[in-house]
Amino acid sequence: MAIRELLERLFGRQPATAAMARQRLRLVLAHDRSDLNPELVERMRREILAVVSKYVELEDGHGEVNLETEDRTTALVANLPIRRVRSSL
Amino acid sequence: MDDSSCRFILICSGKGGVGKTTLTANLGVALAKLDCKTAVLDADFGLRNLDLMLGLENRIVYTAQDLLSGSCRLEQALVKHKQEPRLSLMPAGNPRMLEWLKTDHMKEIATLLAPRFDYVLIDAPAGVEAGFRNAAAAAGEAIVVANPEISSVRDADRVIGLLNARGIQPLQLVLNRVRPTMVAHQQMLSVEDVLDILALPLVGMVCEDEQVIMSANRGEPLTLNDGGSPAAVEYACIARRLQGEAVPLPDLDSQNQGLLSRLGRLMNTRIL
Ligand SMILES: Nc1ncnc2c1ncn2[C@@H]1O[C@H](COP(=O)(O)OP(=O)(O)O)[C@@H](O)[C@H]1O
Ligand SMILES: [Mg+2]
Repeated sequence: MAIRELLERLFGRQPATAAMARQRLRLVLAHDRSDLNPELVERMRREILAVVSKYVELEDGHGEVNLETEDRTTALVANLPIRRVRSSL
Repeated sequence: MDDSSCRFILICSGKGGVGKTTLTANLGVALAKLDCKTAVLDADFGLRNLDLMLGLENRIVYTAQDLLSGSCRLEQALVKHKQEPRLSLMPAGNPRMLEWLKTDHMKEIATLLAPRFDYVLIDAPAGVEAGFRNAAAAAGEAIVVANPEISSVRDADRVIGLLNARGIQPLQLVLNRVRPTMVAHQQMLSVEDVLDILALPLVGMVCEDEQVIMSANRGEPLTLNDGGSPAAVEYACIARRLQGEAVPLPDLDSQNQGLLSRLGRLMNTRIL
């Protein structure tokens, strides 16, 4: 914790907003740059999860598929923790 | 445009009110002072005000519109700056031009200007629609102006995408209206934040400076009279960087020695 945060907690002051701006920009630019709207990403997420689930069992409620952007390149990044491989395989 | 050495630089931003016209006027004067023959072209036909920033509003007889319709010659349309005769303004015609102006018209103006100038700075309108596309038609390179604010950075990103798609190179960034104290308090995006997000080379960083507004009131760009205000100094430095000189960017910390900002840094000291 920084001194600022301590004082902010003690006095109920506004938290540093620059970090919020950075984070919100990252998210909105990933969508702007790829021209994919959140609804489309959500649809892809559901379909990717369905495909992957045919082969492996995923941790409940953990499948994440997000747009990320760095150096003007946008990537679809999936984070799908595996519980176990389906026994039928 | 093609076979001459004249550099056509588009000054654009997406969002309005971030400092395009101010940069165009100050950079125009600063380049002229470096002995470069410079024209500033007001491509904001809807909301023209480059003439006002330069204090030339009463000297306009003909405009780009008269030039295109053949009712005047190039020398008649160009308004020479009295104090800085190497600088000329090509005024925008009336807003009705927007209805018929095509990218070919901009290229036509550019072709006329190219043999006479070292630099043509094109002051683009806000937005990414027809007006912007027209302004960009004659551009060989671009300077994107942004403020360290979320909406300005987002719009700048949009414009960068469009310019990249057109293959306009180089693209450089001027960050304007930076407030060092707010940055120190982490209440404003820092230069590093914006560069990290937009991934463009930085050609200038201008702080918030009330002298900018006062000089606009007078119609005398800050760079005109060797004023020592931070913005005046930085606008002149941007001109030298465009000329290929390696001029260091302003050091925020040195402008940031006030009690408040030192307190700001202390506050960010980690204790846990
Ligand atoms: N560095 C600065 N510090 C303070 N005010 C500024 C600065 N740059 C621009 N401004 C002010 O911001 C307003 C918008 O600037 P302008 O150049 O007209 O923007 P744009 O052409 O992008 O719409 C003007 O009132 C101008 O004086
Ligand atoms: Mg303007």
